Amino acid sequence: MAAYKPVVVQACPKLGEKITQDTLYWRGYKTPVQIKEFGAVNKIDFSPVPPYNYAVTASSRIHIYGRYSQEPIKTFSRFRDAAYCATYRDDGRLLAAGSEGGSISLFDVSGKAPLRQFEGQTKPVHLVGFLSDKYRIFSGGDDYSSKLWDIPSATEIISYSEHTDYVRCGCASKVNADVFITGSYDHTVKLFDARTKSSVMTIEHGHPVESVLLFPSGGLLVSAGGRYVKVWDVLKGGQLLVSLKNHHKTVTCLCLNSSGQRLLSGSLDRHVKIYSTTSYKVVHSFNYATSILSLALSPEDETIVVGMTNGVLNVKHRKPEEKNENSQKKRQPAYRTYVKGRSYMPKQEDFCVSKPVKRVLRKYDKLLRSFQSSKALDAVLEPPIMLHTPEVTVAVMQELHRRGTLRSALAGRDEKQVNLLLTFVARRVIEPRFTPVLVIVADMITDIYQPVVGQSAIVDKQFLKLQQAIGKEIDYQEELLEVLGMMDTLFATFTKKRDTCLEESKSNGVTEIIETNRNY
Amino acid sequence: AGVPAACGCSGCPGPLSRGNGLSSRRYLLYASGDFVKVHSVNTEETLGLLCGHADLVTGIQLNPHNHMQLYSSSLDGTIKLWDFMDGIPIKTFTVGSKLLALYVLASAEDSVFVVIPKKGERDTFQLVSVELTKGAGQDLEGKELSVVLDGVGESSKQIAFGREDSYVVSVKDVNLQVYFFKRKLLNRFSLSTVKTKGGDNRFSCVVCHPTEDCIATGHADGKIRLWRNFHHKKGYTYSALHWHHDTVMDLAYSLEGTRLLSGGVESVLVQWHNESSCQKDFLPRLGSPIECISMSSDGVLCCTLHTDNRISIINSNLRFSRSIQGLIKSRDVKTGLVVDPRTKALVLNGEPGHLQFYSLQSDQQLFSLDIVQRQYIHQAGLKQSDLVKVAFSARGTWLATVEESEEVADPELQLKLWFYSEETQSFALNTRINTPHDNHITDMCFRDMDELGDDSLILVTTGRDCVFKVWVMVEDSDPEAHQSVSWSCDFVGSYHNYQATNCCFSEDGSLLAVSFEETVTVWDSLTWDLKCTFCHPPGNIRNICFGRLTCSKYLIGATDYGFLCCWNLLTCALEWSAHLNVVVLQPDPLSEHIAAVSWLSKESSLFVFKPSEPWPVYIQRNLCKEKILLAAFVPRDEPETISSEKYLWLRKSQLFFLTDTQELMTLSTKSLEERLTPSSKQLAVEESLPVTPFSVLLGKHRRQQAQEDTDLGKPVVHNKQEQASPAVKELLHTPAHVLPSASFLCTIFINSLLISKENKSAEEVADEVEMESEKAEDDSDEEDVTAMEQEDTSHMELLGEMTCKLSKSQEKELRKIRKMDYSWISAF
Repeated sequence: MAAYKPVVVQACPKLGEKITQDTLYWRGYKTPVQIKEFGAVNKIDFSPVPPYNYAVTASSRIHIYGRYSQEPIKTFSRFRDAAYCATYRDDGRLLAAGSEGGSISLFDVSGKAPLRQFEGQTKPVHLVGFLSDKYRIFSGGDDYSSKLWDIPSATEIISYSEHTDYVRCGCASKVNADVFITGSYDHTVKLFDARTKSSVMTIEHGHPVESVLLFPSGGLLVSAGGRYVKVWDVLKGGQLLVSLKNHHKTVTCLCLNSSGQRLLSGSLDRHVKIYSTTSYKVVHSFNYATSILSLALSPEDETIVVGMTNGVLNVKHRKPEEKNENSQKKRQPAYRTYVKGRSYMPKQEDFCVSKPVKRVLRKYDKLLRSFQSSKALDAVLEPPIMLHTPEVTVAVMQELHRRGTLRSALAGRDEKQVNLLLTFVARRVIEPRFTPVLVIVADMITDIYQPVVGQSAIVDKQFLKLQQAIGKEIDYQEELLEVLGMMDTLFATFTKKRDTCLEESKSNGVTEIIETNRNY
Repeated sequence: AGVPAACGCSGCPGPLSRGNGLSSRRYLLYASGDFVKVHSVNTEETLGLLCGHADLVTGIQLNPHNHMQLYSSSLDGTIKLWDFMDGIPIKTFTVGSKLLALYVLASAEDSVFVVIPKKGERDTFQLVSVELTKGAGQDLEGKELSVVLDGVGESSKQIAFGREDSYVVSVKDVNLQVYFFKRKLLNRFSLSTVKTKGGDNRFSCVVCHPTEDCIATGHADGKIRLWRNFHHKKGYTYSALHWHHDTVMDLAYSLEGTRLLSGGVESVLVQWHNESSCQKDFLPRLGSPIECISMSSDGVLCCTLHTDNRISIINSNLRFSRSIQGLIKSRDVKTGLVVDPRTKALVLNGEPGHLQFYSLQSDQQLFSLDIVQRQYIHQAGLKQSDLVKVAFSARGTWLATVEESEEVADPELQLKLWFYSEETQSFALNTRINTPHDNHITDMCFRDMDELGDDSLILVTTGRDCVFKVWVMVEDSDPEAHQSVSWSCDFVGSYHNYQATNCCFSEDGSLLAVSFEETVTVWDSLTWDLKCTFCHPPGNIRNICFGRLTCSKYLIGATDYGFLCCWNLLTCALEWSAHLNVVVLQPDPLSEHIAAVSWLSKESSLFVFKPSEPWPVYIQRNLCKEKILLAAFVPRDEPETISSEKYLWLRKSQLFFLTDTQELMTLSTKSLEERLTPSSKQLAVEESLPVTPFSVLLGKHRRQQAQEDTDLGKPVVHNKQEQASPAVKELLHTPAHVLPSASFLCTIFINSLLISKENKSAEEVADEVEMESEKAEDDSDEEDVTAMEQEDTSHMELLGEMTCKLSKSQEKELRKIRKMDYSWISAF
């Protein structure tokens, strides 16, 4: 003997974004704070030590912001022209920046005037960074050269002129104090060892390199340029691991999150994409108002700061972890109620009787089980079900239709209920997943209540609404078919040989639309 | 080899007479086709098969004077008296005309009542009493007939005998007649023929109250009427009970008459208390319409017989207890006969919306898989959805099913893919695709590639919407998703907007053949390019299949206009064609042979051929009178040895057919008796050796012991002792379901193993050793056993050839062992 089988509610897979752990994580930021800078923000750098201030380089100033401050804590503005690439040292106490004039300034974060000035580059310096031994600075400039400087003596240690175009980005290895990389507009990324006279490795990116990044392990190198983000294996001699093309404009900045599990890239197409570093698939993306030039993520992913071309600094803070433990703590039965009888171990001679599992049926299922069609329909026309889970309502309607009792369930209702029914039908009949069933329902309602049309203003209004909704949908479908026809002609002129492939895409699209259309 | 005979293999439902009886709560007897089957109520096992009738058994009744005897009547005109426990016919009475129902009364010792067709008139039947002559021989004549009632119904449910057999009631159409034996009085009552409120008040069945003068009749409009005072022609009264919405199929009174059971199309068993309409209980959802209800002789159990060839046993408190089922009869076998590669079971439509897995070896349903997963409403005129197509992957790990509703214009199609999970040992739904095609799906097949595993699985469906679709497995990239793979459409192909009718993959999976009305198209399964087309006008293609093994370069097709064509795929030309109206084309998966069943002028013929040769290997004309709709090759577990060259094609697999009357047949080289003997031998209680877990354990152990002994060069001494013990023999030879509990048996068993004190011999030592090792083995302490055995055998070696001379200390030791407490064994 079979048990009663509950009504199957057809669950449609949700289109669009899937809710994953990543989306939940990256959505956990508050609404952004917008700060206006004086010019395009070309670099943002977080201090590696608490309280994680960040230096923003825009126009001829370097602003230092605190974690929650809207106003800069400190400003370095003694630049004659634009400043570039203000970068913190590993201990967070020194700050180096390049400038349009070609000089490199070294600041103490607590002081005002530069501690050192490194003169030697003839063109604007877009790249400044500290090597991980803390005593040397590397730089790259528009004079195609990259240089290494000694901080205590403020002298140039070595100069490499291997690039054939502007050097715009670079990064120091955290593992080896002598290794740094530079990316240039000559489409290459070069790896230098301070102990040698020339570059150790050259990687062809294929586009002007806008940003480079080394993984904390030092084994992987990420370069961004053009629309591509490429990941290279340095230890295998610069072998291309993966090439990502997820932006449709130049990628301008790269950044890793604190755990090293996710890679972020910002682009002129106003998007920040987040990749998983294991699968190199996009797991999330952010939208911004204008093109993005710079991007930084604070330790523990607490803050995302994005700098735009129009000088707006966009700061997002992570929401505090919700602590709802004490807010709705229900009084629960004492511990001993749970353990009561559970700890008993059956002895060998005991005869165990298993308790039958009680199945819980929904209200409409109970009514359907006892063949009470009208009441079952009433049960699913209650506003909470009708509004939030329309698929349940439609599934019960379909079940009633299958049993041949839909007409009698729909009949004999008063003005209020008919109004409710018609509101539901008029609203949902255009949804493709409900259309086949609701068209039948609409048909029956019009059949049943045709004689009483004109007696109630509310019902008449609903009938008109239904008519409008269906009319609109038909127009829309016609338009879609027209577009499809145009596309077909276009495709037909495009391809001659690969008609099988075309057939596939065509029939997939057409059948869907015709299917929904045919129901009218 | 004998003449191959097509014979019904499964319990086809037969007439389902009310005569099935539960005898004393232990045995359930029912008529099934030409046989009467005896089942144990407790274990559901078949205990016996009474065969001897030459036609359908129409009625069975227990002998009221001897509860181990059974009367049965058959369409072949004989009444047989059986000892059903031994399966022996005691007497055969030949009546002559067809017997349609049988009634045996306790009061009339030497006569029985049967329903026979009236001579000279069609469709009129009469109830006659047959005098059972008491003769010495086994075959007797039962020619002395006396007519009791005329114009009775054909069905056994339309006649009932009243309290203390004082009257008989018969119903037919709207007439009820009561005949009182003592007063020789016949009362006729009739209902108005005018249909009131659209109801049809014709009688469908009748029963009599066991202790009162009351008749309960069931009607076609679902009413039950209770008649009283029918001794008077005018003063009779009746009251009505109404719950059923359709015909009341059968009624039954409880032993005391306080409860009345009724059943019908709704497949709900209704229990009415005290003949009042307000007090009733229900047992709903019994699966399929109830055809018959029968009470056991002690009134504790009742069983219902269903239209789908199933018997449910129900407790007196209206609880479903168990069911006995063979091949479930479904309304229409749309899925075809499919063989499950995993269990070798035959898979076809079962209960509505279910797929039944039917084991051919045991004539039992293995399990029933709910595909549609919707509540089935037993009501006429509803558009039900049902299963129409089934396909298994080569290893049986994937199952694809298609279900559609009966509506012609807008079939609600669903394609479902099921994955066999090893943990739960059943199929779990993996993917559901709504509306895979816009019109009915005509065929479906998996790409069978055993060597490549399940990753390369491809499913192809063809539809009347003029396309075929290719479905592939997609790995879910999201690691958090609860299932790793799902199915999606990969390719849609069509050919000149013709309806796609059949599809078939070649053996190596490289080619796909799809038939589009008159044309067969061959596609490359890698690139989905159209390779070539074949056509044999006129007529649409009905079936296609590829040749196998050495004949894999051939493609076979059968057309509507009666042509069987064989195309060579290498030359792309027609190899040969034959004029044959092929209904079924079925390739053997294990050999090159292809079976074709043709239907010509009311007979089905079988042709078996190899594609490489245009002449058939085997022809069987006039296979059966019914139209054969489906066929399947079921691989044998081990190749059968067939001496005749003519039947060599049956060596590796067996061919099964399903006819339009839903009888399952097979082709066998053995005669019916030969085929039946092994099973019936097993059933005979005394002769059989059922494999109980205990005997298996003991057997294994014995074998092990014997091997060890021979390894040591010792003669096996202790086995004979055991064999000789009558208690052990009895224990091993009795079927498990009649054995008392193990704890009760244990002392007897242990005692039987002990040897009386007189012969203290090496044998005794060996026995003791065995006991010890048995115990140790149960504790799964293998090392100890061997160690001990070695010690003991060395001990035995000393004793080996010499006559037994035991030292005092050894004797003492043995005594100690004897005195040991063995009650721990009762725990097992």
